[in-house]
Amino acid sequence: MMIEMQDVYKTYPNGVVALNGINVRIKQGEFVYVVGPSGAGKSTFIKMMYREEKPTSGKIIVNGVNLAKIKDSKVPLLRRNIGVVFQDFKLLPKLNVYENVAFALEVIEESPKAIRKKVMEVLDLVGLKHKVRSYPNELSGGEQQRVSIARSIVNSPKIVIADEPTGNLDPETSWGIMELFEKINDRGTTIVMATHNKEIVNATRRRVIAIENGKIVRDEAKGEYGYDA
Amino acid sequence: MTLNTFKRHVRESMKSLGRNGWMTFASASAVTVTLLLVGVFFVVMFNINHFAKKVENDVEIRVHIELTADSRQKDALRRQIEAIPNVKEVRYSSKDEELKRLIKSMGEEGSSFRLFEQDNPLSDVYVVKAAHPQDTVKIAKQIETLPFVHKVNYGQGTVEKLFDALKVARNVGLVLILGLLFTAMFLISNTIKITIFARRREIEIMRLVGATNGFIRWPFFLEGLWLGMLGALFPIAALSIAYYNVYQVYEQWVSLPFFELLPFSPFMWQLSGLLLVIGAGIGVWGSVMSVRKFLKV
Repeated sequence: MMIEMQDVYKTYPNGVVALNGINVRIKQGEFVYVVGPSGAGKSTFIKMMYREEKPTSGKIIVNGVNLAKIKDSKVPLLRRNIGVVFQDFKLLPKLNVYENVAFALEVIEESPKAIRKKVMEVLDLVGLKHKVRSYPNELSGGEQQRVSIARSIVNSPKIVIADEPTGNLDPETSWGIMELFEKINDRGTTIVMATHNKEIVNATRRRVIAIENGKIVRDEAKGEYGYDA
Repeated sequence: MTLNTFKRHVRESMKSLGRNGWMTFASASAVTVTLLLVGVFFVVMFNINHFAKKVENDVEIRVHIELTADSRQKDALRRQIEAIPNVKEVRYSSKDEELKRLIKSMGEEGSSFRLFEQDNPLSDVYVVKAAHPQDTVKIAKQIETLPFVHKVNYGQGTVEKLFDALKVARNVGLVLILGLLFTAMFLISNTIKITIFARRREIEIMRLVGATNGFIRWPFFLEGLWLGMLGALFPIAALSIAYYNVYQVYEQWVSLPFFELLPFSPFMWQLSGLLLVIGAGIGVWGSVMSVRKFLKV
């Protein structure tokens, strides 16, 4: 499964040009950082991949399907192949850890038995097996992000998209989260991560795509963060 | 949808009632208040309607036949009356029967009319009933033009006024009930909109993990259903108790001969069912309408 963008433009209804001709290919199993100043179009670029936003023109091909063309009713099926992780975790405060993760499987109508097995496996992977009954407000930020990651990968998607997953975490916790993403990537899952975390990008030396003013200004195989701070 | 999924929807909708405690209370209260009002209106309306029907059905046309008419001519008249559209029933009442009826209706004083039994001055009568009471006047006017009709009597003037009054009462009641229901739906959809607004995050996450719109809608649909039915319980109980007592008191102490209340059973059972259905309806409608705008991809 590959992600491919061809001549993607995006102008928001208020006239803001977010993407200004993007061409990119991301192969299955890659680990890609998306960097760039705030407001440069990183978020829009990422949102295109799970069709939170539609391009004004151009093609976005994920899993062989052009997302610019698919009907709204097909979006849920697309999302089942893509895990999404956010800076603010997006956990449901009134559900405990187990329920938050199980949520993603209930939605795709898995059997309760399969849900139990998969949820426990994935909580084991993220190292939170001992906190299944805890509620989000009883967890640290890092733990909450682990739950959110567990939810994103519980139905074994081929791609995980993360929008500044370490943005709200202290450096030490961030490293723990990054190790987890490495572990997920090792299993063959594509990871596309927008980030402002210079140290992590520079230390891990992965592919770096830099976006400025809606254009890709740099695309390096073992790149650096390339910005101050 | 699998059975497991349906069970999940039912479970989630129930849990959600508990989790959104105060909002559940607010929404159900909105249903309660409206249904209480609607319920009272229904009680009044149904009773007025019951009264109206009874009065209307008592309205009949008395066709006095010319004294000179022989039995063949009377038969012909009968056939002519029956041929008029919307005539439901034509009953013959001889002048002797008419006299008996008169004496009976006068009670004590009626006995003085017994003298007339020797030489009865009344005429034979056809008692005509219209299929729809509202047609009475029209039919009476037509009968008046037929041969061998001496006089037509249907309570001229009074009947027209009565029918007009009943028509107004019914229409006013209908408008009021429709208005109330509309207000209720508005009120409830707003309350539920607030509850759902508070839960847009939940909907957002459901969409992110690949839930279809149908899947997202189900628990809200069910929640609306429970809210509506929950909200209907109190008005049903309150109205039943109140009506039961009013009915007892009225029957025992007031009891006007021309106005009787609908008996508790089956009326209150039907009304309870109606309120439950209306409650469920506005609950479901409110939640489905409110969730709709969060489902645009």
